[in-house]
Amino acid sequence: MSAVLPTPASRRDPAWWGRVFWILAGAVLLWPMLVLSEFKPWQLLAPDSLTPALKFVAGFFPPRLDADFLLMVARETWRTVAIATAGLALALVLAAPLALLSVRVLSLSGMAGRMAAGPAALRVGVRGLLVVLRSVPELIWALVFVRVVGLGVTAGVLAIALTYGGMLGKVYGEILESGDAHATISLMRNGAGRLQAFFYGLLPQNAAELTSYTVYRWECAIRSSAVLGFVGAGGLGQQMDASMKMFNGSEVSTMLLVFVALVAATDRMSAALRKALG
Amino acid sequence: MELKLKRVNARHPAAHSAVSPALKAFDLSVATGEHIAVIGPSGAGKTTLLHVLACALRPSMGSVEIDGRDPWQLPRRELRRLRGQLFLAPQVPPLPPRQRVVTAVLAGRLPRISLAHSLRSLFYPTGIAQADAALARFDVADKLFARVDRLSGGERQRVGLARALVAQSRLLLVDEPLSALDPSRAAQAVQSLVEGARDSGATLLATLHDVPMALRNFPRIIGLREGALMFDLPAAEVSPARLEALYAQKLDELQGTGAFDEPPSAKPAPVVMQCR
Repeated sequence: MSAVLPTPASRRDPAWWGRVFWILAGAVLLWPMLVLSEFKPWQLLAPDSLTPALKFVAGFFPPRLDADFLLMVARETWRTVAIATAGLALALVLAAPLALLSVRVLSLSGMAGRMAAGPAALRVGVRGLLVVLRSVPELIWALVFVRVVGLGVTAGVLAIALTYGGMLGKVYGEILESGDAHATISLMRNGAGRLQAFFYGLLPQNAAELTSYTVYRWECAIRSSAVLGFVGAGGLGQQMDASMKMFNGSEVSTMLLVFVALVAATDRMSAALRKALG
Repeated sequence: MELKLKRVNARHPAAHSAVSPALKAFDLSVATGEHIAVIGPSGAGKTTLLHVLACALRPSMGSVEIDGRDPWQLPRRELRRLRGQLFLAPQVPPLPPRQRVVTAVLAGRLPRISLAHSLRSLFYPTGIAQADAALARFDVADKLFARVDRLSGGERQRVGLARALVAQSRLLLVDEPLSALDPSRAAQAVQSLVEGARDSGATLLATLHDVPMALRNFPRIIGLREGALMFDLPAAEVSPARLEALYAQKLDELQGTGAFDEPPSAKPAPVVMQCR
């Protein structure tokens, strides 16, 4: 067969040069960034930095497990979960209406032809507000609120509420727009209101994805409340900060283990919820 | 409802402007309470016609009048009220897969009830008897509390038609209601639709691939080909010669072999965890 079909040497994959170019271009673009971020991994293995690092990690063993300490950790864990949950609940209150305002699928004027100017401007404005809310890190919000409401959990809750409100609002909007809009648009074509179409079309269509994402964000909020504790927003993070300052590695490792357990638990919960809604 | 189209040109909003419109200089007038079947080969513009009549698609040229008023000149609130009085049932039933049948059927009456009432009905359905009666007309009453994604394609289509009856609208526009139904179910479904429309005095327009079914159940037949009206006749005057001209080069569709297609199954995609 090969004798019948001529195979000239010039017959090469034409996409090859493009591929080589983009790999080289990527490397050239990445190099200044590595220099700028002072990426020097071999420093990790230098003996004068390795010894103190190993000493610090060695201090983590064994974790502190006496009853008094565990009781305190349990109390603070509960507080951490409470901060994350209350913060996320407030974020939901903020995100749900903003997401609904920003979703293009729920536009009555956009159903036949182009969206009217007013609604289109409103959607851009809401998206801008969501960008502002989530571009300020929760740590900064926490520092602001610690000055307003004083040290304690309230600052943490408010900080999580604002930043997570921005994140949830954006992603809820994206989830609602990426799903199949046929059911929703059919309802609006037949004269249903926007909120009616949301509750009878858009929400059931996307409920599982929304739930799954919310549980993931709850997990992030638990982690985030630990960081917020370092600036005095209460919870397990504040205790971890105190232990860290006392160079008490065994206490830190106990609390880290609690975090691993919390994250694993939210993971199981999310899987169970998705199965129930799937 | 009284409908009047004058020299209407319309194309699908996603279609390229160079493509010839799906409806070309189309004239039609329909009196209140008429039952009309729209037939013609696929791509003839049947769905576009229904969308224009349902105020879902604004014609690029020509005029639409519904009960003597141009819907596209109405204030937004009035247009929504008008849309609430008509019902467009698309070919693929627009049912969210995780919704229960009772909720999906009762969604047909949303324009008639308040937001508070519709939320209460999500908590506990307020029209179970109504939904049950509508489903019974299409022989799917046993699925009242089943989830939509547990239904077969044919059952889904019948649930979509039951929603059309619950809507109690004055104009019923039904797109290809039989594509997923076997012959005996199809006959029953058409009869239930026609009876439902007659009981409420509604005007009914249905597109059908099954020509004999259309001739048996509808007094007035409209033949559409390439966006133009081929004939508009009482069913008794639609001769085989006219049908052959209508379906020329597409005779397999006239025999009904090309029409029996299952709509794509709306199986929900597995939910992925996104890290955004």
